[in-house]
Amino acid sequence: MRIPCPHCGTRDRREFYYYGADDYLRRPAADAAPAAWDAYLHLRDNPAGRLRDLWYHEPCGSWIAVDRDTVSHDIHGAVAVADLGGGRT
Amino acid sequence: MAELIALSPLAGHLPLTVGQFMLTEAYLGPIHSVAPLPGRRAALDAALLAAGLVFPAPCEIREGTGCRLVWAGRDLAFLMGVAPTEAVCAAAAVTDQTDGWAALRLAGPGIADVLARLVPIDCREGALPPGRAARTQINHMPGLLLREGAEAIVLMTFRSMAATLVHEVAEAARRVAARD
Repeated sequence: MRIPCPHCGTRDRREFYYYGADDYLRRPAADAAPAAWDAYLHLRDNPAGRLRDLWYHEPCGSWIAVDRDTVSHDIHGAVAVADLGGGRT
Repeated sequence: MAELIALSPLAGHLPLTVGQFMLTEAYLGPIHSVAPLPGRRAALDAALLAAGLVFPAPCEIREGTGCRLVWAGRDLAFLMGVAPTEAVCAAAAVTDQTDGWAALRLAGPGIADVLARLVPIDCREGALPPGRAARTQINHMPGLLLREGAEAIVLMTFRSMAATLVHEVAEAARRVAARD
């Protein structure tokens, strides 16, 4: 499995750590309903097909969101999480 | 007062000649990590320009007068050879890492065959030409590779792994040389 790092180009799987679904990028507001926090922490889709999840490229220190397919194993692209904005600056 | 004798990270391990391959210690001078502070990128660019340098694009090595600025990760570069100016220190988070790294220069025809046994990226000249750097792994160690010429690559890893670095590279070189 090879994953495209937005900085380093396509790299081998062993350079990456897996984190989980990109739901982690959509953190509810601090005062959101308990149901929203429950969904954020515990509820995950398990699709056969396209999904987006988070990987860490250890050598260059980048979190990336990878668009991939669990059926065909195709990788459709990746973006740096930092470039998506939304984080604290 | 005691006179202490400074040893370089690979002193006592190198130089080595293995078949057609030369393993020597690379003396890179002072190494400082330079990470732009939020919102200070323009100020950093100006400070670097005054020193004759440009912040490198990903995987790039920028040469200056007696120094080089090497891309070393997301929003991170290593300044090698000189100490950073005050203006650079004001616009970036700067850390002296000089004593933290061991640097081995691997030279000779066919070094890509040696690195193919250790590094999970293509190190042939077409994929990693002179002037390019790569943050990757050297077997199980984190590493930074600097391509210097057609037949020379500098491999850097943390100083605590210096002896392992020499062992891994020498062993891979020995096995490639044994095939000839």
